[in-house]
Amino acid sequence: MSGQFIGFLTGPFESFGFMRIALVACFALALANGPIGTLLIMRRESLGGNVLSHAVMPGAALGFLYAGYSLSALTLGGVLTGLAVAGLAALTARSRLQRQDSNLIAFYLVSLSFGVLIVAARGSQADLMHVLFGTVLAVDVKALVLIASISSLTMLIVAALYRPLAVESFDPAFLRAVGGGGGAFRAIFIMLVVFNLVASFQAFGTLLAMGPMLLPAAAARCWTHKVWPMIALATVIGMAAAVAGLLISFYANLPSGPAIVMGSGMIYGISLLAACRTRLKATQLWGRQ
Amino acid sequence: MANSSDPAPRRRSASDLLNLLGTATAPLRQSLAVSLSALGDNAQGAFARHFDSGYDPSAFTGHGPRGEGGIAVRDLSVRYGERYAFEDLTGEFPPGSLTAVIGPNGAGKSSLLKTLAGIIRPTAGEIICAALARHRVAYLPQQDELDRGFPISVVELVALGGWRDFGSVREPPDDLAARVCEALAAVGLSTVMDRQIAELSVGQFQRALFARLLMQDADVILLDEPFAPLDESTTEDLQHFLERWQKEGRTVVAVLHDLDRVRRNFPLTLLLARSPIAWGDTSLSLLADNLARAQKTLLPPEGGRIGRVA
Repeated sequence: MSGQFIGFLTGPFESFGFMRIALVACFALALANGPIGTLLIMRRESLGGNVLSHAVMPGAALGFLYAGYSLSALTLGGVLTGLAVAGLAALTARSRLQRQDSNLIAFYLVSLSFGVLIVAARGSQADLMHVLFGTVLAVDVKALVLIASISSLTMLIVAALYRPLAVESFDPAFLRAVGGGGGAFRAIFIMLVVFNLVASFQAFGTLLAMGPMLLPAAAARCWTHKVWPMIALATVIGMAAAVAGLLISFYANLPSGPAIVMGSGMIYGISLLAACRTRLKATQLWGRQ
Repeated sequence: MANSSDPAPRRRSASDLLNLLGTATAPLRQSLAVSLSALGDNAQGAFARHFDSGYDPSAFTGHGPRGEGGIAVRDLSVRYGERYAFEDLTGEFPPGSLTAVIGPNGAGKSSLLKTLAGIIRPTAGEIICAALARHRVAYLPQQDELDRGFPISVVELVALGGWRDFGSVREPPDDLAARVCEALAAVGLSTVMDRQIAELSVGQFQRALFARLLMQDADVILLDEPFAPLDESTTEDLQHFLERWQKEGRTVVAVLHDLDRVRRNFPLTLLLARSPIAWGDTSLSLLADNLARAQKTLLPPEGGRIGRVA
């Protein structure tokens, strides 16, 4: 019985190469998305991150327009427009002409429409779906190497610069006052976000790229108030959601990207409920004292 | 408070500190630091300036005479878009002085403090301040500028005050834990040192920020509304630190609202209403017609929008 169950869990990955590659890609993404997502939430910049995930699209679409499904063209284009929009957002934030949230939404809408127009001008409906929602199962070895490299590099950089990155998100003014390096770390962090979104884009498309980054970290936030445990938990949740999502999509013949994001979403929902319960208990205790 | 003299909790929090400053990443940061020290002096200096956020090897050689800790400003202006936060400020905060900055909402008090701390770049004019150049300026933000939900514990927050000794990547010095405990004991927070800042009351959080200021051991200390959210007894406790810092020869500048307190405790006052109205002896600066003039400067036509600037 238990042997059957294990076979049920591992069978798809044993039999099919594309399932294995998809699984490894999702694990690599989860490893980098743990710290990046956690930092993003701690900075309260989830909205900005989401905008960047759409900002990747026009560039990737332009790459697609010129070179078809060429990995390097998609990546290069995505990184370029992602960084460009990040720069524009920083400029508009400084000018204070408009509230930053409406600015960000504007960037997000324009990038998305522009990207869709470009893809639609040249490609088919299938291409559009591919760019919007990604196809985890179509990740090939080349894309896997790209994802894994970005993920490794991200983890190294976060490990080396964790202290200033964390302090910069908590109290940037303090960092400026003691040294002045604050802006550099902000820029490094935004660059990390863009690169990871480009990696995520290969598997999840522009609309869902943010999912594996944000949802596991948001779920982890419900369970712990310390940063390192939060990062570790977010990584584990991301991996669990990947396994569950891939299996569900395999057996139920559903699209895999949305299945994985739904998996994280359900874990997030459960975590929220659990957090609510503990908070209720805490307030009852307070009341009794 | 009793805890601070007891060796056991101190040792525990010392190990906590080492944990929190990243045991997991220690080897990586170590190798970064080693490769740094292999660089020449110039390269190291440049790295420290642009990247290592204030880590400064020369900072270990103790502090020079505090006498040089004053701030002089000339024609200082800060503008957001087309609107001046404040303009044409010329004068001096003398070394070892205790100055209150007061003025109506939107007078540019907070912007002035941020400019003096090097957080905002001035639109025009200059600041002459040896302490600023050596990053020996400490700045206390208004409480609502910090994210109280941020997952950081009290010890961690206070330990940040020693940033100059470890910067972005280096191992913190051995005596850091002891100094953190000392600072926490001084502000009366020894019992809550392991809590998250989210669990502190407003007054306790302000005490923790004061402990961080103590750790920073700065020549110039800038405080933005340090007492605004506090009850009377906490205010009295913290007020003592301002006087102590002044006696130690540090230059202290605080933005305040409470005129009575300013008259009682602050020898010097800068009355600011976008441009300086009066600057000098408190009893002279706070004359009734000065105050009236400050009010009038910032009243409508655009009174409704001014509040956002400060």
